[in-house]
Amino acid sequence: MVTTYAVARVARGNRLSPARVGAVINRNVGALRSGPAYWLVLASGFFEPVLYLLSIGVGVGALVGDLTLKNGEVLPYANFVAPAMLAVSAMSGALAETTFNFFFKFKYVKTYDAMLATPLRPMEIATGELAWAMIRGSLYTGAFLIVMVALGLTTPGWALLAFPATWLVGLAFGAVGMAVSTFIRGWQDFDLISTGQFALFLFSGTFSPVQDYPLPVEILIATTPLYHAVELIRGITTGMLSWSMLGNVAYLLVMLAVGLYVASRRLTSVLCR
Amino acid sequence: MIHARGLVKRFGDFTAVDGIDLEVAPGEAFGFLGPNGAGKSSTMRMIGCVSTPTAGELRILGMDPVREGPAIRARLGVCPQTDNLDPDLTVFENLTTYARYFGIPRVEGRRRAAELLEFVQLTEKSGSTVEPLSGGMKRRLSIARAMINEPDLVLLDEPTTGLDPQARHLLWERLFRLKQRGVTLVLTTHYMDEAEQLCDRLVVMDAGKIVAEGSPRHLIETYSTREVVELRFGDDAPATYVEKLAGIGERLDPLPDRLLLYSADGDAAVNEVHRRGFTPSSVLVRRSTLEDVFLILTGRTLVD
Repeated sequence: MVTTYAVARVARGNRLSPARVGAVINRNVGALRSGPAYWLVLASGFFEPVLYLLSIGVGVGALVGDLTLKNGEVLPYANFVAPAMLAVSAMSGALAETTFNFFFKFKYVKTYDAMLATPLRPMEIATGELAWAMIRGSLYTGAFLIVMVALGLTTPGWALLAFPATWLVGLAFGAVGMAVSTFIRGWQDFDLISTGQFALFLFSGTFSPVQDYPLPVEILIATTPLYHAVELIRGITTGMLSWSMLGNVAYLLVMLAVGLYVASRRLTSVLCR
Repeated sequence: MIHARGLVKRFGDFTAVDGIDLEVAPGEAFGFLGPNGAGKSSTMRMIGCVSTPTAGELRILGMDPVREGPAIRARLGVCPQTDNLDPDLTVFENLTTYARYFGIPRVEGRRRAAELLEFVQLTEKSGSTVEPLSGGMKRRLSIARAMINEPDLVLLDEPTTGLDPQARHLLWERLFRLKQRGVTLVLTTHYMDEAEQLCDRLVVMDAGKIVAEGSPRHLIETYSTREVVELRFGDDAPATYVEKLAGIGERLDPLPDRLLLYSADGDAAVNEVHRRGFTPSSVLVRRSTLEDVFLILTGRTLVD
């Protein structure tokens, strides 16, 4: 509640201009077009989760066989792992943009200093960068969903519903990543981020049901963000919808609101001294 | 264009700008002159609405920079001290992308970009990225970028610092043309020649305060003499000659490497030095500059 109040207050104070947010996105489209290097980065971001899916989901899945879930449903292992990889891909797509790229623009090439000399406001910059991160992430997840449908790991209908869910995941992680990036002191701090990202990747119910862990661990995992993204997306792609998914959505929305608020506040306090 | 009364900027315990008053009129080329750390850039950032004044009154284009920042910035052109051009974009895209931040339509943005590249003589670099450009070219591109919104007021923070003489002269010439077009220029510099070349009026800042104000000519006439004699005495410390030469000219300033002798008539002063039996290893009689004004006002040279 505190956060919704805070965000509402920011929104009242400076109403966002869609044209100015669009101009920030436009800058990134221009950067994308200007060099082949960026395409390479994009391609690598897509292949990583696909490789995991093939090696673990399909390969290890052949050893594991079918999983019997707590609710009694039986699921082929690959179908269990694939949505988790999709959530991971949404997360890393957004994080790549809002941590590494954001920090580079924030600290080194001073892109945001240049932007702040124009009518752009910090909140508009943060929103534009986040929207771009989501667009980038959705390139990964869209391609990944096509792979899933092709391998029979979900149906086209559920894939269509899962796609916007991956946007939400991208926005939530992107916003938090951006907020964290404003506190980063130097490149060595990125090791911490990657370690954190990897820990989430391994222990968010990605490769095994969280119910298999002791209860305290299960509760601990339930507090971490990727778990909620995985639960939401797995529920959709397997067609096993439940009310608890609303809780997952709420968790991700809070991440989005808090992340965006903190990021724009920090842009202001660091760059507008 | 700019109105400030008792303007103060503090960072924690440090007071960067210590209560300054300013008035800049339309069409004027106004300069902040002072050494590093005098508070010039902090003042510029407040005028550019990216830094909130700690105290005092500030109006830019008749508006309040705290509440109406975006509206003011829409009419400002800012050329920062260190170039922050976009390395991921081409020279041309740097301008068109920037135009979008001001809400300028694409077609119009492209038209202005082409025109401005012509103006700063970078048309042939249009498709290049920023990184291979020389320092002077980057600065010219920054100035073109600052002009993309056809601003009423252009802020230039040390526009020629770090450039070679040829690049500086080209830049001055372009800035002079802007001034002729009636654009109001506000610039900071620690170069005397730059201030004399470009500014109609300037303030001399030191330690966050304005120590003098006026046109370059007025400042020289008020604070210095018409001519200055620079005397060097081989290996002897210039300070040891202060007493020996007392009474010649109006003022003597010993620097580590030379002695400055202020006098309305430089040649007469030199004759008097010789008459007292001293033979400096080198003698230079020159017109007084803002550098001398600064030295007289603060007791320090501008560029250490």
